Amino acid sequence: MTEIIEVPSPFCGIGTDDLTVQVNDLAVSVMANGCAVNTPAFEQVITDTSARVDGKDVSLEVAVAKAAELLSASNQPVIGGCATDVNGMRGLMALADHSGAVVDNMNFTGARRNFLALQDTGWMNTTLAEIKNRCDYLLVVGVDLEGFAPRFFERYLWNQESMFLSDTSQRQIVYLGKAPSGEASISPAGVKAKVLACKDADLPEVMAVLRALVKGKKIVAETICGIAVSDLQEVADQLKTAKYGVVTWAAGALNFDQAELTVQMLSEMVKDINTMDTRCSGFPLGGKEGDQTANQVCGWTSAYPARARFSSGFPEYDPFLYDSNVMLANGEADVLVWVQAFNVTSVPPVTELPTIVVARSGMVFDKQPDVFIPVGTPGIDHAGHAYRLDNVVAIRLKKLRESGLPSTADVLNAIEQAL
Amino acid sequence: MLIKLTGGTVYDPASGIDGKVQTLYVQDGRFIKQPANDVKIDKEYDLKAKVLMAGAIDMHTHIGGGKGNIARMLIPEDHRKDPVHRSDITRSGCGHAMPSTFTTGYRYAEMGYTAGFEPAILPINARQAHMEMADIPILDKGGYVMLGSDDYLLRMLTAKKDQKAINDYVAWTMNAAKAIGVKVVNPGGINAFKFNQRKLDLDENNAHYGISPREILISLATAVKELGVKHPLHVHGCNLGVPGNVNTTLDTMQGIGGLPLHLTHIQFHSYGNEGDFKFSSGGAAIAEAINKTPNITADVGQILFGQTITASGDNMRQHANHGFASPDKWVSMDIECDAGCGVVPFKYRDQNFVNALQWAIGLEIFLLVDDPWRVFLTTDHPNGAPFTTYPHLIRLLMDKSFRNDMLATIHPEAQKMTTLGSIDREYSLQEIAILTRAGAAKLVGLEDRGSLAEGAWADITVYTENADREKMFEKPDYVFKDGELVVVDGKVVHTKWGTTHIVRPDWDSSVEKDLQKYFDRFMTMKVGNFKISDDEITEDGRGSLTTHSLNGVT
Repeated sequence: MTEIIEVPSPFCGIGTDDLTVQVNDLAVSVMANGCAVNTPAFEQVITDTSARVDGKDVSLEVAVAKAAELLSASNQPVIGGCATDVNGMRGLMALADHSGAVVDNMNFTGARRNFLALQDTGWMNTTLAEIKNRCDYLLVVGVDLEGFAPRFFERYLWNQESMFLSDTSQRQIVYLGKAPSGEASISPAGVKAKVLACKDADLPEVMAVLRALVKGKKIVAETICGIAVSDLQEVADQLKTAKYGVVTWAAGALNFDQAELTVQMLSEMVKDINTMDTRCSGFPLGGKEGDQTANQVCGWTSAYPARARFSSGFPEYDPFLYDSNVMLANGEADVLVWVQAFNVTSVPPVTELPTIVVARSGMVFDKQPDVFIPVGTPGIDHAGHAYRLDNVVAIRLKKLRESGLPSTADVLNAIEQAL
Repeated sequence: MLIKLTGGTVYDPASGIDGKVQTLYVQDGRFIKQPANDVKIDKEYDLKAKVLMAGAIDMHTHIGGGKGNIARMLIPEDHRKDPVHRSDITRSGCGHAMPSTFTTGYRYAEMGYTAGFEPAILPINARQAHMEMADIPILDKGGYVMLGSDDYLLRMLTAKKDQKAINDYVAWTMNAAKAIGVKVVNPGGINAFKFNQRKLDLDENNAHYGISPREILISLATAVKELGVKHPLHVHGCNLGVPGNVNTTLDTMQGIGGLPLHLTHIQFHSYGNEGDFKFSSGGAAIAEAINKTPNITADVGQILFGQTITASGDNMRQHANHGFASPDKWVSMDIECDAGCGVVPFKYRDQNFVNALQWAIGLEIFLLVDDPWRVFLTTDHPNGAPFTTYPHLIRLLMDKSFRNDMLATIHPEAQKMTTLGSIDREYSLQEIAILTRAGAAKLVGLEDRGSLAEGAWADITVYTENADREKMFEKPDYVFKDGELVVVDGKVVHTKWGTTHIVRPDWDSSVEKDLQKYFDRFMTMKVGNFKISDDEITEDGRGSLTTHSLNGVT
C-alpha cells in the first residue's frame, strides 16, 4: 500500500492537483480532496487486460495488425472520441495523417460554439489564478457551475486568501439562465447568489438585452423572457463598476440553435466593458476528458482545432462537414476508430461500420467492436500531460500504479507503424 | 560516418574566416581535423564554388507556446491559402503566417536554419512551449522565460527583497521552465493592465505595487548578469508601437547603468512623433545610441508587407492596438498572475503611411548599426512578417539598388520621412553570417554551434552563389543538421530531432519554501507540479537537453 499526495486530475478539467490517493496493488482509492467527478474516475477498476479481435482475446500485436488492416482498406476513416493525453493525441494525429482520417473530438459540437465566435470576432478571457485573486464579480451564464466542477467555488472563489481582495466572501455571484443545483455558490458569509432564471433558449435574447444595457441603450420593455429589465440593468451596472468582473459560460451547456451567437454576444459585451474604464474577462468552461488537449495538439500539429480531415493529404478544417456523427449517419465514413482513455461509459456511437476501439479498460459494449485494445489511463497508469479548461496550464500527470496496460500513444503509434 | 566537404568557400565569422576555400570533415555529428590519408571517407560532397555557412540560428521567433496556438486557432482562413501535403518522410500541415509545428521545422530547415528560440515562455505555460517545440522537427530550440509582470516578482520588489533573493527566484524559474534566457515584456505593464492601467512609461508606477518598469529592468538585468547567464536580459520595452517611443527606448538604454541588455524588435520601439502625420523615424537616433553603447544588442523585428498575425505577451499594447486588427478579430488574455497575451491579425500595407515608414525604419536600423555582432536579423515572427520572408529581407540588406527600387514603391510621404535612399551600405556575406550564425550563437550563449570550426556541431548550410540574394538564400543546395543531410535543393530529404538548449543557474534552495507558501496561498497548482522535470523533455525518446555553461560568477 502506498499513499501518493498532490495527485493531479485529468478528469475534472479544473486541474485539481491536491488529491491524496492510496494505491493497493491495482486498486486506487481517493483519500482526500476527491469529488463526484474525480473519485469514481480514479477508482474505476481494471477489468480487461487483453486486446480482442471480434470479441476473442488476442495479443496486442494481432489486434494492432487487424486495426492496421482495417484502416489500410478504408477510404475514409473517422477517429472519434479523441479523449486522451498529449502523447496520445500526438499518436492520434500521426495516425490520422497517415491513414487520411477525419479527427473529431467528441465534445467538438459543443466547443464549436466557442470556436465559431473566436474565429469570427475573438474574445478577452482570463484564467483560474486571476479569478482566484482578482475576480470581484462573477456572472454565470447558462450553466450549473458546481454541477460542472464540484470544487470550483471552494478552490477559486471562496479561497481564504487572495492577493487583491481583502475579503473573498464579499465576491458577488449572479446566475443568468440556469439556477445552481446546490449550495456551493453560497458565500462563507452566508450570502446566496442572485439568480435571474430563464430558459436556455431565451439566453440569446436576454444576453442581447444585457449587452444593450451595458452599452447604455434604452430598453422599452419591462421584462425580457421573465426577467425584469431593472434586474438586468443592475447586472450591467455591476459589471461596469466591478474592478475585475468575470463572465463564465460552458459552450456545451448552451444547447440551442446558433448558440455561437450567444457566445459572441457575451464575448463582445466583455470587450465593450473593457472600453468603459474597467476590466472584465470571459471564462469559458470546458476541458473535460481531454477536449482542450485534443484541440491544443491538433492545433499545433495541423493548425486547426480538433475537427479536421486529412484524406486530401493535408489538413482541412470544417466545423460542420467533419462532424463524425453526421458522417456516420450519411454513410461518408467506412471505418470508425474510437479513442477514449478516460471514461468507460463514453462508448463509441452505434454503427454497422468496422470499429476499432482504443479505450480505458472496463468499457462495456452492446456489440463487440472488431478490434478492442484496452489502454491505461493517463494520470493513473502512465505519466503524461493534460490541459486544464483555461487552456494555458498543462498539468503533469503522474503514474500511480504498475498495470502493464499500454498507453494510447503506444497503441496508436504501433498501428501507424503497421500501416 | 565520415563526411568530406570539398573545396567550398567558407564564411565562418566565429573562426575569423571570411570567404576562404576550405575542405571540412565531419564525423559523428561534429567537425573534425583532416583525418590521415588512409582513413576511409564514407561520403564526399564536391562544393567547389559553393558558399558554406553554419546553420542559421533565429534568436527570436515565436514558435512555441499558448499565444501561437491561439493565433493558429484564430485564422483558419489564412491556413487555407497554404496547405502543406504530407510525404513519405514529412507530416502534413499548414504554412504562411502561423504554421503548424512540423511545417515550421521543415520550412526553417529548407532556408538553412537549424535552430530557433522562442522568446516569450510564460513560466506557467512553459510545458506547452516545450511540447510544441518538441513537435518541431530538425531544429534545435530553446527559449527565454518571461518575468517582470508576475505578481511574485512584484511582491518581492515591493517588499524590498535584496538582489540575492531576486537572483534565486530568477534562477529557480529558469530551471523550472527549462530556459536559456530571461525576457521581460512591457516591464510590469502586463500586470498593470490587470489593474486597468492602459499605459506604463518607464518611470511610471504600477498602481498597486508602486514599482516602475525601470526598477524591474534593473533588478532583472542585474539578476541575469550576476547569475552568469550569457544571454543578456531580453527586453521588449515599454510603449511598443507608440509614436514618440524612441525617447523611451533611448532612456531604457542609457538608464540601465551599463548592464547587458538585449532590446528586441527594436523597430517597434523607434518611432518619433514629428511630421504631418505625427509619426516619424527614430531609426538613426536608435542606431547611433546602439553604436555608442557597447552593453546593448538589438534585433530589428523588421516588418514586411502582407498578411500576418501578431502574437505578444504585451496584452496592454495589443489591446490598445486591437482597432487595427485585420481581419477584425482578436484575443486578449490575462494569465495566471504570471503574464498575459494578445493576438491581433495584421496586414501591413505598403501604401499605408505608417506601415511603409515602419518598413523603412527597420531597414535604417539594420544599415546604420555599425557592429554586425550587436544587431540580429528577425521579423519577430510572425509579428513583423512570417519567418519565410528572411531571404527577401537578406536581399534588401545586401542589394542597394533592389532596396531603392522597393523604396520607390511605398507610400510617397513615407519615402520623404526616411533617409533610407541615401544609405549606401550593402551587407556582405560575412556580415549576414554574423547576424544569422556566429553573432546569434554568441548572443544566446550556445557553445559549439554557429561555427564551422573543429569540434563544433556540424550544422551546415551550402548555397550556390547568386547575385539575386533572395534566390540564393531561399534554396540552399544542402543543409546538414548534426552532420546528417536533411535538405537537398531546398527540400527536406530526411528528418531528425534537435535538442533543447538550456542553462541551469544555481539557486539557494530556501527560495522554494517561500514559493511553496505562495503557491499554496494564491496559485492554482502545487509548486511541485509547476516545475518541469527533465524526463518531460526526454521521455518520448526524441527530445534531449543540452546544458550550456554560465559566465564565471564573481
